[in-house]
Amino acid sequence: MRNRRSGQALALLAFSALLVTACGGSSSSGKIGGTVKVLASWGGSEQASFLAMVKPFEDKTGVKVQYEGTRDLNAVLTTRVQAGNPPDLAGLPGPGQMISFAKAGKLTALDTVIDQGTMKAQYGDSWLKLVQVNGKQYGIFIKAALKGLIWYDPKNFQAKGYAVPKTYDALNTLANKIKSSGTTPWCIGLESSATSGWPGTDWIEDFVLRQSGPAKYEDWFNGKLKWSSPEIKKAFQSWGSVVNDPKMVYGGANTVLSTNFGDAATPLFLSPPKCYLHHQASFITDFFVKANPALKPVDDFNFFPFPDINTQFTGAQEVAGDLFGMFKDTPQARQLMQYLTTPEAQTIWVQRGGSISPNKQVSTDKYPDAISKQTATILTSAKITEFDAGDLMPDAMSTAYNKAMLDYVTDPGKLDSILATLDAAQAAAYK
Amino acid sequence: MDRYVLLAIAVVGVPAVLVAYIVGSEQLVQRLQDRTQPRVRPWFWVGPTIALVSIFLIYPAIKSIYISLTDDKTGAFIGLTNYAHILADTSVRVAVRNNGLWLVLFTGLVLSFGLLFAVLTDRVAYEGPAKSLIFMPMAISFVAAGVIWKFMFLYQPAGTPQTGTLNAALAVFHAQPKAWLLDRSINNLALIAVGTWIWTGFSMVILSAALKQVPGELLEAARVDGANELTIFFRVILPLLAPTITVVGTTMVITALKTFDLVYVMTNGNYDTNVIANRMYAELFQVRNLAQASAIAVVLLLAVIPVLYFNLRRFRTQEALR
Repeated sequence: MRNRRSGQALALLAFSALLVTACGGSSSSGKIGGTVKVLASWGGSEQASFLAMVKPFEDKTGVKVQYEGTRDLNAVLTTRVQAGNPPDLAGLPGPGQMISFAKAGKLTALDTVIDQGTMKAQYGDSWLKLVQVNGKQYGIFIKAALKGLIWYDPKNFQAKGYAVPKTYDALNTLANKIKSSGTTPWCIGLESSATSGWPGTDWIEDFVLRQSGPAKYEDWFNGKLKWSSPEIKKAFQSWGSVVNDPKMVYGGANTVLSTNFGDAATPLFLSPPKCYLHHQASFITDFFVKANPALKPVDDFNFFPFPDINTQFTGAQEVAGDLFGMFKDTPQARQLMQYLTTPEAQTIWVQRGGSISPNKQVSTDKYPDAISKQTATILTSAKITEFDAGDLMPDAMSTAYNKAMLDYVTDPGKLDSILATLDAAQAAAYK
Repeated sequence: MDRYVLLAIAVVGVPAVLVAYIVGSEQLVQRLQDRTQPRVRPWFWVGPTIALVSIFLIYPAIKSIYISLTDDKTGAFIGLTNYAHILADTSVRVAVRNNGLWLVLFTGLVLSFGLLFAVLTDRVAYEGPAKSLIFMPMAISFVAAGVIWKFMFLYQPAGTPQTGTLNAALAVFHAQPKAWLLDRSINNLALIAVGTWIWTGFSMVILSAALKQVPGELLEAARVDGANELTIFFRVILPLLAPTITVVGTTMVITALKTFDLVYVMTNGNYDTNVIANRMYAELFQVRNLAQASAIAVVLLLAVIPVLYFNLRRFRTQEALR
């Protein structure tokens, strides 16, 4: 292990030396200095993890990483790019916007930046294909999340004698059992400032993928399947049977709409619990622990994957991830881009928790606890992986999609008109 | 290092250029015939302003109008199609309605409370501290105020401890908690209340200054004539304050039309609380449809023009009075 790492470090050094000569620099040492500006959406503990991730890079190269985080990344990045003042690198929470920037010619193709052979060896094909435009690579995922997980408190399950459901029917039976005992089974929170509604889109996507399969799922995010089609409407109704029933979800519509997604699971850990189940991606453990540092993985919280619905599509999993693209071609940006794709760099975030590495060379031993190890195993071994559909739709579509979640929870009776609005948005957005 | 160079340029360079311009232009004017000098000189003085306004206001406005008439993808001229889209869009109609609400309620409340506090504080010994207290929210940025009030409006399900100040107060009286920012019958009022909280101090300070200008003898005379305090307020003070009220009022009307920050922070325009400026922002930055966003901007511009016209006309009549 030690040998391999130093070997790679040497390779990196040699590569940077090459770069420096190529760029006409006179320095021959590994420390090239300078700065690289990075814009991404991470704040709080995620920001701390990213900074920890780039620390060894800064030490080795002497390059200062100037990080700037914003929750309104879309707006900030668009403004910067249009003003001709983009960051050197940007980390985006989905490939949709990255691809539109690539098509607009704002991004640098990574073919000359990162060795394509190494990428193919270290990354799954689907991760690379998500950010290819005209056969060229424009972005690399550095962090992934597994979506469609259902979180619960094993102690509460044990106390009530509830078993982890293996099938969708069993999940429904369990939820109804909890409901009839007088407690709401689910906790849901949709608030997320400019992107409020997205936790609901994850539910819809889980239903579409498991009820109607990957082919329909792809047609849908590609704009070829209408929102008013039976597949999508059925997904809305399935989610509606949970979220629109005030006996099914903690606090009813008002609480669902006004609770931030990061706080949504809090009632799960109250005594007595106000709910038993919470649907959210793998990164949510970070929020559990931040809100309540006493919680221990496996003992206090655990998860099971959203069960298969149509057995024809068994083993389908939804994933999401953060990816990096390069707006300015500087030697510092090239080196950082290169560094971020390495298993060494990604291991740092993995060990700090809240991240799954899309790089296959990051061993599952590196994950800090049993839960993250298990999510990483599911992510890398899933038979069918589909990326978060909302993140793949054009901006206008995904904005309307998020908002539709809020409208549906506010007024479930208006489903048909909500779907018609989405159809109209779809017709305009994919032109 | 770059930053210090920039700083030096800003602190030393900008005034230097200004002085050089003034001295240089005056020397140029001096060379002209005595008779033409007074006619040429104003143009040198007003020139930089005209140039800056043209570059930063007139040019962008014309460009926006042009873009609003083109197709976003192809850039082809498509006439009023973008405007037709906006008019057909229910979310834009909701935004226009809400701006109307802001216009009437926000302006009315800020003026009424401002006037009330100005008159009341005028009559007490602790005027200074009382006014400072009311003026204080003005010092808070709108985003911060939005965040603070979001905490005030927090909602928890009935029967659980209420973390929001308002709902905690309701709980004291065993009343059901209200989802202030979600409930469509009150959420716009909740937002306007926050706007009023911020701006009342501003209106109070200006009106209070005008109130001090009302001659004491006049009030004295009215009292001698047997008028009670209410009559004095409505028949003497109010007419004398009218010009100031119009100034504050038009400022508030423009503020109401430009409302953005509070809505962005507190509801992001969801649940029928959207306003035109936020609708434009979403179109521009989230959907990235420049043409449609420009069309909304033009609509907003058209809405402000009557207010500006009214203001200008009033300035002119005031000048004429002098």
